[in-house]
Amino acid sequence: MLEIKNLHAKINDTPILKGISLTIKPGEVHAIMGPNGSGKSTLSKVISGHPAYDVTSGEVLFEGQNILELDPDVRARLGLFLAFQYPVEIPGVHNAGFLRMAYNARRKENGQEEVDPMEFDELIRSKLNLVEMEPDFLERAVNQGFSGGEKKRNEILQMLVLEPKLAFLDETDSGLDIDALRIVSKAVNAYKKPEVGIVLVTHYQRLLNYIVPDVVHVMANGVIIKSGDKSLALALEEKGYEWLL
Amino acid sequence: MSQQLLNDITTRDYPYGFTSNIETEVAPKGLSEDVIRMISKKKNEPEFMLEFRLKAYRHWLTLTEPKWPNVTYPEINFQDIHYYAAPKAPKKKLESLDDVDPELLKTFEKLGIPLTEQKKLANVAVDAIFDSVSVATTYKDKLLKAGVVFCPLSEAVEKYPDIVKKYLGSVVPHTDNFYAALNAAVFSEGSFVYLPKNTVSPMELSTYFRINTEESGQFERTLIVCEENSYVSYLEGCTAPKFDTNQLHAAVVELVTLDNAEIKYSTVQNWFSGDPVTGKGGIYNFVTKRGKCLGKNSKISWTQIETGSAITWKYPSCVLIGDNSIGEFYSVALTNHFQQADTGTKMIHIGKNTKSTIVSKGISAGKSHNTYRGLVQMNKSAHHANNFTQCDSMLIGNACSANTFPTIDVKNGSSTVGHEATTVKISEDQIFYFQQRGISMEDAMATIINGFCKDVFKELPTEFAVEATQLLGLKLENSVG
Ligand SMILES: Nc1ncnc2c1ncn2[C@@H]1O[C@H](COP(=O)(O)OP(=O)(O)O)[C@@H](O)[C@H]1O
Ligand SMILES: [Mg+2]
Repeated sequence: MLEIKNLHAKINDTPILKGISLTIKPGEVHAIMGPNGSGKSTLSKVISGHPAYDVTSGEVLFEGQNILELDPDVRARLGLFLAFQYPVEIPGVHNAGFLRMAYNARRKENGQEEVDPMEFDELIRSKLNLVEMEPDFLERAVNQGFSGGEKKRNEILQMLVLEPKLAFLDETDSGLDIDALRIVSKAVNAYKKPEVGIVLVTHYQRLLNYIVPDVVHVMANGVIIKSGDKSLALALEEKGYEWLL
Repeated sequence: MSQQLLNDITTRDYPYGFTSNIETEVAPKGLSEDVIRMISKKKNEPEFMLEFRLKAYRHWLTLTEPKWPNVTYPEINFQDIHYYAAPKAPKKKLESLDDVDPELLKTFEKLGIPLTEQKKLANVAVDAIFDSVSVATTYKDKLLKAGVVFCPLSEAVEKYPDIVKKYLGSVVPHTDNFYAALNAAVFSEGSFVYLPKNTVSPMELSTYFRINTEESGQFERTLIVCEENSYVSYLEGCTAPKFDTNQLHAAVVELVTLDNAEIKYSTVQNWFSGDPVTGKGGIYNFVTKRGKCLGKNSKISWTQIETGSAITWKYPSCVLIGDNSIGEFYSVALTNHFQQADTGTKMIHIGKNTKSTIVSKGISAGKSHNTYRGLVQMNKSAHHANNFTQCDSMLIGNACSANTFPTIDVKNGSSTVGHEATTVKISEDQIFYFQQRGISMEDAMATIINGFCKDVFKELPTEFAVEATQLLGLKLENSVG
């Protein structure tokens, strides 16, 4: 469903991605690991269309369509989702309102009727339970004053509501205590289905104990230096990245 | 911020930039006693009005343009402006809409202000002013039945000379400032609203101003008087065609409330703001607006959404004379591209227990400059008076600037003054966050702005709140880089 071919990208004239190729099929879980600064977040932002990055060469096909010329919101409505490593705070914007707006944008795209706040309230209740969040959390401004763990859970909540075909989870496990990690993993596992692809960007093997990947990639300095099965993650845990560099 | 997007700033066309092809009668350029006499004569004015104008003109000659606002523009040549422009009127007086040039009606319809009997807005009475004259006023009869007088000022001079004589210039005297003097000398049209005792207006009143003639100035003058226990809500809107030259708009608005009366005055200002790329053209909006709460427990509330004009220079103010009277100022001032705004309010507390609230939201984008300038003055007599000021700025991109100059002058120890200020910046990452969730940039912008401005928007008459939100969204499209 996602095909990345020899992707090069830069920011402010600094090349960051230097030839990434990667294929993800429906139903697969991929893990991307690698040292800080290797370009993992950059990859996810380039794929989702962050305007700060320039693609200098290569292709990204989503369900066969080249998406690099599409606006980020169009890509999102095609079913691409990114759980941010650092979700941004948006003061003055109501969390539930924001979520409903995103949900309705998707529905509109599919020719479905938009839902009103009452209907949405009902719909979101079960998803809230899945990430074990209190409803009053929806009444706050988007990410404003959320703890690190709350921000990450909010990202997962958004994923559950928007039901993307392909989800990038960028270090969703970082900064979570063991209980929160368990909650988040449970929610992701519940979302896993044959038509959905999931990419986990992580530093830690421990997440992969909960969400088992089909393929593990190691990224360093803007390229994928090694791919393998889940045993690769275990080897990394044992020997560190130096072993590959 | 990515340079690329900043450079990419495309602009949505100003949808009201068209010119109407209407036969117009204009006074020769320049200002002199003769021109003033001519304007007065055109309007069939009584002697006292001519005197009013000439006195102001003679005073104006002694003044120089104010230089203290935080805006820059080339010297204005006051002899290079038409001080009177009007659609050529038919010989007979306009008795009904049938006498109005259909081209004019079409113009207003294009602007979203249909005036004809079949199409006119429900629940809003409109006075439509084109260049220097009023074209039509809707629901006049219905309002009169309720006791509300709503008509062009020139008609009021004729029909209600005593009220006009009593109040015109009583809030903003011609000596007030350079532009107030100029306006008093040459004003050509405006709206007049008068509510006698115990009258509540059954609908919103609204005046719509349209400048059409190039190199003409618009100098309208509005007077609203609310007697004891009366209430009115009034809204003004404005647009102008795109011209490369700048046009001067120097209006004066005077409000008066007697005991227990209330005036709610809202503005949605969307004058042409100049070429987004070169900065050429646009309206110079130099306006003096002031309300006098003369009576006890009376209230004047200003709400303004300022989105247009090349330069905006205005401070809708309240003079709180009656005990327990209330003054409010709710403002959103948005500047983009090369726009400059220096706006704010003055709250002058004179009576006991007077209360004022100021909520100012400044939004700056592009290369614009946005200044809040405010004065809160507690006079010696203002026992237990109270003010609260909230002054927030939002910056979009790195090339704009925002300033706040709040002045507080307290001469009464029992009064209290509170001030809060914040500055926020809309980042590319915030907009991207919306977009990544499938929400378009326009909707993202509108939502963030809405969140920032909601304390002001909720003060707008509901008929206009939605429109204002959309307007701001459009104005800022693609401005986050
Ligand atoms: N605005 C920027 N200008 C220049 N370099 C940047 C900018 N943003 C990120 N980088 C660099 O890009 C590289 C990749 O960053 P990132 O994708 O966040 O890595 P990871 O997610 O793997 O830790 C880092 O070396 C980082 O310093
Ligand atoms: Mg990262």
